[in-house]
Amino acid sequence: MNELMRRLLMLPEQASTIAGPLDRLHYAEFLALNLIALVLGAAGLWFLVRYRRRPGRLATPRFTYPVWLEATFIGGLLAMFLLWFVLGYRQYLGFQVPPGEAVEVYVTAKQWMWKFANAEGPSAVGVMTVPAGRPVKLILTSRDVIHSFYVPDFRIKQDAVPGRYTTVWFEAREPGRHQILCAEYCGTGHSQMPGEVVVLSGRDYDAWLAGERVTGEGDLAAFGQRVAADQGCLGCHTVNGTRGLGPTWRDLYGSTVSLTDGSRVTADEAYLTESMMDPQAKVVAGYPPVMPSYLGILEAPETAALVQFIKSIASEAARAGAPSPTASPGTSGPATSGADGGDR
Amino acid sequence: MSAEPDYLHATRGLGSWLTTTDHKRIGILFLWTVSAALLLGGVFAILLRLELLTPGRTFVDPMTYNRFFTLHGVIMVWMFMIPSIPTSFGNFMLPIMLGAKDVAFPRLNLASWYVYLAGAAIVLTGMVLGGTDTGWTFYTPYSSKTPADVAPVVLGVFVLGVSTIITGINFIVTTHTLRARGMTWHRMPLFVWSIYATSVIQVLATPVLGMALVLVALDHALALGVFDPAAGGDPILYQHVFWFYSHPAVYIMVLPAFAVISETVCALSHKNPASYRAIAYSSVGIAFVGFLTWGHHMFVSGMSALDVGVFSVLSMLVAIFSAIKVFAWVGTMYRGSIAFRTPMAYVIAFLVLFGVGGMTGVAVATAALDVHWHDTYFIVAHFHFIMVGGTITAFLAGLHYWFPKMFGRLYPERWGLLAAALVFGGFLLTFIPQFLLGNAGMPRRYYEYPERYQALHVLSTGGSWLIGVGLAVTVVYLVWALRYGPPSGDNPWGSKGFEWLAPSPPPPHNFHETPVITHGPHEYFRPEA
Repeated sequence: MNELMRRLLMLPEQASTIAGPLDRLHYAEFLALNLIALVLGAAGLWFLVRYRRRPGRLATPRFTYPVWLEATFIGGLLAMFLLWFVLGYRQYLGFQVPPGEAVEVYVTAKQWMWKFANAEGPSAVGVMTVPAGRPVKLILTSRDVIHSFYVPDFRIKQDAVPGRYTTVWFEAREPGRHQILCAEYCGTGHSQMPGEVVVLSGRDYDAWLAGERVTGEGDLAAFGQRVAADQGCLGCHTVNGTRGLGPTWRDLYGSTVSLTDGSRVTADEAYLTESMMDPQAKVVAGYPPVMPSYLGILEAPETAALVQFIKSIASEAARAGAPSPTASPGTSGPATSGADGGDR
Repeated sequence: MSAEPDYLHATRGLGSWLTTTDHKRIGILFLWTVSAALLLGGVFAILLRLELLTPGRTFVDPMTYNRFFTLHGVIMVWMFMIPSIPTSFGNFMLPIMLGAKDVAFPRLNLASWYVYLAGAAIVLTGMVLGGTDTGWTFYTPYSSKTPADVAPVVLGVFVLGVSTIITGINFIVTTHTLRARGMTWHRMPLFVWSIYATSVIQVLATPVLGMALVLVALDHALALGVFDPAAGGDPILYQHVFWFYSHPAVYIMVLPAFAVISETVCALSHKNPASYRAIAYSSVGIAFVGFLTWGHHMFVSGMSALDVGVFSVLSMLVAIFSAIKVFAWVGTMYRGSIAFRTPMAYVIAFLVLFGVGGMTGVAVATAALDVHWHDTYFIVAHFHFIMVGGTITAFLAGLHYWFPKMFGRLYPERWGLLAAALVFGGFLLTFIPQFLLGNAGMPRRYYEYPERYQALHVLSTGGSWLIGVGLAVTVVYLVWALRYGPPSGDNPWGSKGFEWLAPSPPPPHNFHETPVITHGPHEYFRPEA
């Protein structure tokens, strides 16, 4: 029944502990209201047909409804509405306070990204890593305009308001990945505020907390790819050559990049590192200056791994044409962002 | 036909229209301007729905899309829905229904039209030149930080508000002082009750909007910082003052729709209302309780849990008043003699759209459920059903019902029914998918969206085209009928509404003899006169 109704109403999966009870209240109201609508609609349709105007039957009787009938209708509806108020408000109150000790994550929203600072563990942009089966309490604020933290799979939503802190909590039922959407209009990039909740099992979560991220054993580029995913880089920078909120990484390394101040620069290790630590220093032409600084967020091995990862993303043509990062004719690639800039 | 020329022919020339103080002519002037606003706002609706046809870019960039929905919202809310029925049918019908020769302040009435034009001109110029992209709600601090020019637009909306207040004062004074002999309060047509309740809200709530808008303009232009946390201000305060007006404004839009539906359902069913007092008093009840529910727009803003509870229960109460009306209208049809003509088709459309809108309204007033739905397409669908569906279908019902009254001509009935079917069907097709989109978690004001939502978006866009065709057809046959429609006679519906006591179209001073009212309106059980 739950699954049938959920699919019928096109609700997302019920990935948090509150989603199930909430949806059941939804179904109850949906069914009750539709029953009333059906009865009222059938009555109206019957009146339309039965009392349609016929020749010579224009006069109608004086008819008003007895007071007891009106009172019953009003009383019945009022009782039903108040019942829903009580049930809905009780659930709402439950959303306010986490049951038991919660993992705390500080969420900072800005145009157009989410930053997550785990009270016990590492920080990240765009990706919030949480354990399954434990309450997680979010403490939200915003750096610029109002945003709203919304995870449809969890049925939670809370505005992030500049100048104040708001809170919300959830408990994810199982490991998995769930999309975060911004629900409060915040400007041009409102629909492009990438975010994801990564729910790990208790053991994986502990391993994640323990700092798997600083080791970087094995293939450095592969480690860099993981860092890119964890830090949310891939929310804005694509690896397949398509345009994101920021320039694509494909064929970026070694190419010549046009900047907003009109100058050009070769994308070498120094440029890539500077762009992570001081993104506003050299902004690629045609892109908004919205990237946050990762100074103090990325550690040295991670930065190196990221650069290595970016180096590794090259199309076959670029690889064959120009192995050297120093400027050569073949490397001022068409995939660099300067080429398609200027429409913002 | 009497020897005295009707109001359309009493004087001639454009100048006679632009300087008229006849409430009927002012009503017609407003009818043209609000209809133009409806079509203009509709064009932007079609455009933004077109952009949403595909998950990524369809034909405009995000900035332009944001301007489209801002233009759509601002034009539809402030230039069509709020003034629509009161300024057009209210101006035309209210004095006649009361047995008066005009409104209490005829010159002020004309001024209200010019103020409206000025406001509309400022808003449109400001939006086109300044590229306003805030949405019609002007939420701070976005509206104080956006590089787009916000101040001229909010100033224009302020001026439109002045026009609204002037009209409201005029109707209140007219209702109190210009009723014909024998016209007691409980003999007033139901239309007058609802328009009166609307006017009270207009006069009491609009100044609060003006205040909020002035502060937004100052925040943006002078960095005053009332709503800017960086300067010690509070963005949530803006939401409180904005919704303190804009929630009652929902009733400014929909109470006049109640006014029209109450008249048309009685006239077309040829039947006394199921409960005159229930319909009349619930309008007043809505006007009162409607002031106390603004917080339900802010359940996830970080407002205290106590406030959420209070606003949730008060919102349930306001739903009761609306439910009473729906039951009363359906009940009115019982044992009537129902003519299924174009106005009645729109009454049925209204009952369905308003009914569904009202029911989903109760659902979103349930605090826990609102958390998932807030700022998603579910809310978009809900308010389009209840206030847009309600207002447009009632506006069109009134337009077709009173077309003979205003112009003395009949429109082609078949085309009327066809257009009604298109508008109604298009509305369902546009907004039912949006309920499902909201359930699925699609936030509103999104330029790009995940691909899983596309099928429903395509349906919704298709629906918008149906509405567009329906309204275009309506414009064509009504304009045709203005000139070529067959004469209607004084009372083609056999209506007992008091406005039909006057000839159609009425003479400049409405009545050949001042009427004396001896019984209530809508008394179809009385023998035919």
